[in-house]
Amino acid sequence: MATRHQTTLARLMVAPSVLLLLGWMIVPLGMTLWFSFQSYNLLSPGMERFIGFLNYEYFLSDPAFWTSMRNTLMLVGGVLVITVGGGIALALLLDQPMRGQGMVRILVIAPFFIMPTVSALVWKNMFMNPVNGLFAWMAKAVGAQPIDFLAEAPLMSIILIVSWQWLPFATLILLTALQSLDSEQMEAAEMDGAGAFSKFTYLVLPHLSRAITVVILIETIFLLSVFAEILVTTNGGPGYQSTNLTFLVYSQALLQFDVGGASAGGIVAVILANIVAIFLMRMIGKTLE
Amino acid sequence: MGSITLKSVRKAFGDVEVIPGVDLEINDGEFVVFVGPSGCGKSTLLRLIAGLEDVSSGQILIDGQDVTHAAPARRGLAMVFQSYALYPHMSVRKNIAFPLKMAGMAAAEQERRVSHAAGILNLTDYLDRRPGQLSGGQRQRVAIGRAIVREPSAFLFDEPLSNLDAALRVNMRVEISELHKKLATTMVYVTHDQVEAMTMADKIVVLRAGRIEQVGSPLDLYRRPANRFVAGFIGSPNMNFLEGQAAGTHDAHAIGVRPEHWRLSTSEGAFGGTVGVAEHLGSDTFLHVDLDDGTHVVARAEGEFPVDHGDRIHLTPQEGRVYRFDQQGLAI
Repeated sequence: MATRHQTTLARLMVAPSVLLLLGWMIVPLGMTLWFSFQSYNLLSPGMERFIGFLNYEYFLSDPAFWTSMRNTLMLVGGVLVITVGGGIALALLLDQPMRGQGMVRILVIAPFFIMPTVSALVWKNMFMNPVNGLFAWMAKAVGAQPIDFLAEAPLMSIILIVSWQWLPFATLILLTALQSLDSEQMEAAEMDGAGAFSKFTYLVLPHLSRAITVVILIETIFLLSVFAEILVTTNGGPGYQSTNLTFLVYSQALLQFDVGGASAGGIVAVILANIVAIFLMRMIGKTLE
Repeated sequence: MGSITLKSVRKAFGDVEVIPGVDLEINDGEFVVFVGPSGCGKSTLLRLIAGLEDVSSGQILIDGQDVTHAAPARRGLAMVFQSYALYPHMSVRKNIAFPLKMAGMAAAEQERRVSHAAGILNLTDYLDRRPGQLSGGQRQRVAIGRAIVREPSAFLFDEPLSNLDAALRVNMRVEISELHKKLATTMVYVTHDQVEAMTMADKIVVLRAGRIEQVGSPLDLYRRPANRFVAGFIGSPNMNFLEGQAAGTHDAHAIGVRPEHWRLSTSEGAFGGTVGVAEHLGSDTFLHVDLDDGTHVVARAEGEFPVDHGDRIHLTPQEGRVYRFDQQGLAI
């Protein structure tokens, strides 16, 4: 146990980094908050003035806002379902003893190392392109009409691309959790007459619950701010069909040059993220008890 | 019913032959202990019987039925693991009921059997706790409870007491022995502790390097060990072995004398020596003696024996208590 003297010293030593981190966060947040109450357009410099909550009013009453809100949640939810479900399936497969295990594992992890813009472009041009893409070729091979994924199902396509990037992460975390499952427990269940499905539902799944929570938490943080994949594939379109909150803020600021409105959007995104965080923390509190 | 027969059972992991071929007969209702030093294949043998490992060749029969290739759950056996292998996220009640639930038993019957088992094992007050909230001994009992409810034809124990502290181990040993008397079901018990083997077993199977060295009742093995290995393994403290001239006078390559079979004297005897460490326990005195020819032996004297470090002492083997072994270590 630390004495009071040690505690004080420890606080002093930690203080600089805490202050740095606090400043790092508080300055941009403060400035965003300040801009969100200003009428501030890059096209009319020098005309900045305080306009109260007008920016918020405009942003929240914009029909694009609710669409992008829905898209954000769909994107996060969709990717979570695919990566957690697929991650469990892949982890179970990779946990089996097989030839070339190390090689296969590296291959599975590979997508995580590819930067989002590149992987999105690869998907857009090599897989989903309605003329030259692999999917179009496959459709034509069986005599079907090729689908223009990014035009006809833009949000679903982006969910697919982002899932592909995050699947390795989920697989990796879940695989390590799976490997820590006591083999005697599995053997005991086998002696108790549990089949493969019962073993999965009664032993494996409860054992993985913590790891699943961690995956959900970390992925949610990153998925709320997906941007590059949308920018290089659909540019938020057609219409607002694949615009999420991040992209809406971007278009407000850098396509419409409305810094004030974008700042208001940014604050709304912060509030949304915090609401999600509260729910996540509750969920974690339950599983980690 | 629960007789188990092994017919030339062989097990190899790749090129490594762990069990070169074992024949064994376990009768219904017997308490059989597999004992041997670590790595002798006793746990592997148990896992072969359980069906958790496949035999490389040979046959396993339970009640006359060939189960060599049957799934573990179909053999009608229950196993208690070294780590207990309880399901951590289930309550004690659910842990014990798990095999019944897997068998698709009616809820009322499950409840009846669980409370019956809990009654036998003094677990009634803990049924709603999780394994993590129990002590080592209680976890052990839950593991046994999970085995009991299935009403198996035989129980398999894989070093179940090795994770408990010494005092608790003695208690659990007695409890398991009592359980065996109460249930009268075949039990196969693996341990490396010869005291556990001696105190619990109806029949001891001594294993070394995957081979059965000797099978017999505890006192059989104590009185008539088949070879030097068994003689040295059974009995505590270990048997003392003397070679050379001392053995020659008994017409053997080596002779063995148990610590409790020495006659001790401070004045005269067959072998003279110096007392090293003397352990005075009150009920017994254990003397570690360095004989004049350099051999280190242990002697037990009943009650108190007033010698100390550095004292001279003379040891004489008791009449008819000398074990003789030939060049190959077999008993003569």
